[in-house]
Amino acid sequence: MSRSLILGAVLSSLVLLAALISFVWTPYDHAALDIPAKLQPPNAQHWFGTDHFGRDMFSMIMVGARTSIAVALVAVGIGMALGVPLGLTAAARKGSWLDEVIMRGNDLVFAFPSLVIAILITAVFGAGAINAIIAIGIFNIPVFARITRGAALSLWEREFILAARVSGKGAARISAEHILPNVANLLIVQGTIQFSLGILAEAGLSYVGLGAQPPTPSWGRMLADAQTMVSFAPHLALIPGLAIIVTVLGLNLLGDGLRDWLDPRIRVARA
Amino acid sequence: MLRYAFKRLISLVISLAVASVVIFAVIEIAPGDPASFMLGVNAQPDTLAALRAELGLDMSKLDRYFNWIGGMLGGDFGTSYTYRTPVSQMIADRLWVSLPLALYALTLSTLIAFPAGIYAAARRGKPGDLTVMGATQLGIAVPNFWFAMMLVLIFAINLRWFNAGGFAGWDKGFWTGLHSLTLPAIALALPQAAILARVMRSSLLDILGEDFMRTARAKGLSRRQALWRHGVRNALIPVLTIIGLQFSFLLAGSIIIEQVFYLPGLGRLVFQAISARDLIVVESVVMLLVFAVIAVNFLVDLAYAAVDPRLRSRT
Amino acid sequence: MNLLRIENLSLAIHGAEILKQVSLSIAPGQIVAVTGESGSGKSMTALAVMQLMPNGTRTDGSIHLDGQEVLNLPETEMCALRGASIGMVFQEPMTALNPVKTIGDQVMETILIHKAMPRAQAEARVQEVLSRVGLPPNRFPLSRYPHELSGGQRQRVVIAMAIALRPRLLIADEPTTALDVTTQAQILDLLKGLVREYDMGLLMITHDLAVVADMADQIVVMRRGEVVESGATDHLLKNMQHPYTRMLFDASNHQVALPEMQEQTPLLEVTDVVRDYRLPRTGLFTKPAHMRAVDTVSFTLNRGERLGLVGESGCGKSTLTRAILGLEEVQSGEIRLDGAPVFSGHKPNLDVRRKMQVVFQDPYGSFNPRHRVARLITEPFHLLETPPTGSERQDRIAEMLRAVGLSTDDAGKYIHEFSGGQRQRIAIARALIIRPELILFDEAVSALDVSVRAQILDLLAELCAAYDLTYLFISHDLSVVRTITDRVMVMQAGKIVEQGETEDVFANPRHPYTRELISAAPQLPEIGRKIA
Repeated sequence: MSRSLILGAVLSSLVLLAALISFVWTPYDHAALDIPAKLQPPNAQHWFGTDHFGRDMFSMIMVGARTSIAVALVAVGIGMALGVPLGLTAAARKGSWLDEVIMRGNDLVFAFPSLVIAILITAVFGAGAINAIIAIGIFNIPVFARITRGAALSLWEREFILAARVSGKGAARISAEHILPNVANLLIVQGTIQFSLGILAEAGLSYVGLGAQPPTPSWGRMLADAQTMVSFAPHLALIPGLAIIVTVLGLNLLGDGLRDWLDPRIRVARA
Repeated sequence: MLRYAFKRLISLVISLAVASVVIFAVIEIAPGDPASFMLGVNAQPDTLAALRAELGLDMSKLDRYFNWIGGMLGGDFGTSYTYRTPVSQMIADRLWVSLPLALYALTLSTLIAFPAGIYAAARRGKPGDLTVMGATQLGIAVPNFWFAMMLVLIFAINLRWFNAGGFAGWDKGFWTGLHSLTLPAIALALPQAAILARVMRSSLLDILGEDFMRTARAKGLSRRQALWRHGVRNALIPVLTIIGLQFSFLLAGSIIIEQVFYLPGLGRLVFQAISARDLIVVESVVMLLVFAVIAVNFLVDLAYAAVDPRLRSRT
Repeated sequence: MNLLRIENLSLAIHGAEILKQVSLSIAPGQIVAVTGESGSGKSMTALAVMQLMPNGTRTDGSIHLDGQEVLNLPETEMCALRGASIGMVFQEPMTALNPVKTIGDQVMETILIHKAMPRAQAEARVQEVLSRVGLPPNRFPLSRYPHELSGGQRQRVVIAMAIALRPRLLIADEPTTALDVTTQAQILDLLKGLVREYDMGLLMITHDLAVVADMADQIVVMRRGEVVESGATDHLLKNMQHPYTRMLFDASNHQVALPEMQEQTPLLEVTDVVRDYRLPRTGLFTKPAHMRAVDTVSFTLNRGERLGLVGESGCGKSTLTRAILGLEEVQSGEIRLDGAPVFSGHKPNLDVRRKMQVVFQDPYGSFNPRHRVARLITEPFHLLETPPTGSERQDRIAEMLRAVGLSTDDAGKYIHEFSGGQRQRIAIARALIIRPELILFDEAVSALDVSVRAQILDLLAELCAAYDLTYLFISHDLSVVRTITDRVMVMQAGKIVEQGETEDVFANPRHPYTRELISAAPQLPEIGRKIA
């Protein structure tokens, strides 16, 4: 196992652990106001300091991790659940009108960045974390559809697929039995990367007010609140930013590490 | 070549048509009547009807769609529900901030990423490569708006090299305008440059493994000569795709970054419109953004053909 | 005076020994062929002369070019030698050229990079050298891109680049392996002519002993990084000392004895089959053009018969194979197996599929890497209405593995644990397990080393006796088809131009194309076999 895999796994599980623990324990109530103790820099009582209402930043970061992870994870789930079958179908029916429709549809969705989708949804239905999930999720669909189709297409050219067809197996069965298991590694790696992009996108959407709404704590929201106070309380901006960086960095390292580790060619060479 | 360009152009028009239908349909779902929202709860029925007629809300959906599209083609984006001014004028003013910002950032990102990516690929596995790769790994993980806040903290508040926000305007001179866009552009460009540098490097490394690179070496080219003469141009093909995709990220990113720097761009306009439920402004800005993304990808398609002779002759 | 002298060259990559004490020499105007099976180190020997080894390579010994030690020469001096004093031609012409540069520019680069002459003169040289390799600029302008040329033409460009500066030594690494036999003959002639004309030394790397015997003045036989035997061609062919050399020559011309055919009832009937492919539209409103891959093909394959199908790449033999297997529908004509159509109502006919199986060329791509052998070879059970289960299934797996010469323990292994030859055995087991009436061998031995190929051919002959096989053997390799079939068909441009008893067709080819094919294929001299 490579160093980046280990470091990535450690950083990612640290964040995940913080999010899980926050359900049962946080150092303080993340929503409890304590005006006299406001704007404290990091210290022994408040490890990450306090915000302008005296809320404990450490607790808020822990609970905020929940929001980030939930939004990004569900968005990746949406992307995979819809994108992978679309990609498999397009590859199985390569060159047909169905393939054409799926791929053109993909191109179209690619023309709508998550932020634009979020703007549309918010304009129509109002703001909320669900918007962020849908906006990021929709953007993930063509990502997974494309990568699945690309990998599946090269597999369909392989002779073991021909052998399966000679054995009378249909496209659906071949896709499930031969194609999907052979693209799974790729999807895991891409999933990790989309997960990290989702964390970034969620933070951005929350920052401009299109994501999670108060009182739900979220890292992006915390940064938006910190903006006017950055000159005299820089820790308000530094800490949520570092939380995002650590999470995204961890996931990216994990993805890179997984790609090398799961690649059988590299593994054989190492053995 | 012309036929290829023509085919891409047709596909551009179809994409735009479908995108406009989607945007229109989504906005139509919005609950409530803009006219009654604008006039408040106590509006007189006849005033309401007059306003509905003025805004064209009494027409059928199909007519309204074609009105909207027809108007946009002629440069008329309709009238803002809240400001009662032409949307096209509002957008044009803001566009002069957002578009230069995105282009500025794209230029910076490319200027940083190409040398970094090529340098790293040429020194694969050596300390120089590892340093660049480490830096890009970090760059990808940094949210651009947070990075922007840090830039403000350091260069505007502490060092006072730049203003913390606001836009001087182009009428005060090109350089003054550019100066006030510099911090936002850097904030946008660096994370994108990190991605682009990684793509450049991996694309170049793929090319370095190709047979024709070995042929080049067999002709007597040094490693460096082979890389520059045969590697870079071939590596550009996947890199162009990413540049096209990045433009849409930069445009979206600029909307967010504008919030950090209080820039009077499309972002500010659209967020104000959302809170005022000025849907026609939202609709037009979104259409414009989507148009920009589709148009840039059309240009990228043309650039492919310039780089790759196989595309030129195929169709 | 030797042009190139390699002495006791040893080479290791990341500690793994690739070459051990290799020695050989080449004089000007001499062709030296290095031959051997995969893993013999023959290509690495060539790359060592060019000093283009992979990272992490350690070398020992000496390589003298024109009296100058090349090994460990500084990189800048090596760059000055490459392309100017040593030219190199590679195996894969399709990928050896830069796709985004014109052929003129690429040949010109060899000259300009060495600053050998001013630009105007260089241009004249490019035209001259391209004409010399058979690409006269009036028919092949310098502004052509590689994708506008065929494989053979691209290989000519690669040769032009290699000889543009009249190097003293030319290295050709499997220069014709990726080419068709008629193209191969032309390229080999070109290389021979260039050697004579420029008095170059030619270091030729090839696995094909027929090519070696036909071209070389000197032969060097390698195995696992060592030279096992070397000498002047005539002498070596007459006095092979090393058993490996003899085995290699034997295996290259391996003959099998097929059992006599029994019945004469038709099994596969192909009548007037046409298969068109639609080409991409050239204009927006023009109708897309069609390419006729299979053009009114008719033939009958009798039960118990072993039929061959030969032809060069692009002749339509793969398309015909797919059509027979029912993987693609044909535009017109009919394919019947045992009286029933392969396709009925636009759907492949399962009853017919059950009677057919196939063995493909690529021993590496033919199996899902995630399944075990037992699951791999039982995949055709899917065709059966009541697939065997439990101990019956185990027995069938065990029987098949034994029949193809593998152990029953192999059922639990994954495919990457097997060599190329073993994989082809597994592919045959998979084809045999449902006892099909007809097996298609699609280039089934083409990717194998000669010694392994000989074993697989023996296995086929055994299985013919044990299971009364009927098969269609599709191949570009005439010598293999000659021994493994009763009857043969020759395909060219979608049509079957000649068919008949195999021996008869080979001895008295009637169609001009058949004659061209047979005469283009290099012949292995008889000497090698007499000794053994």
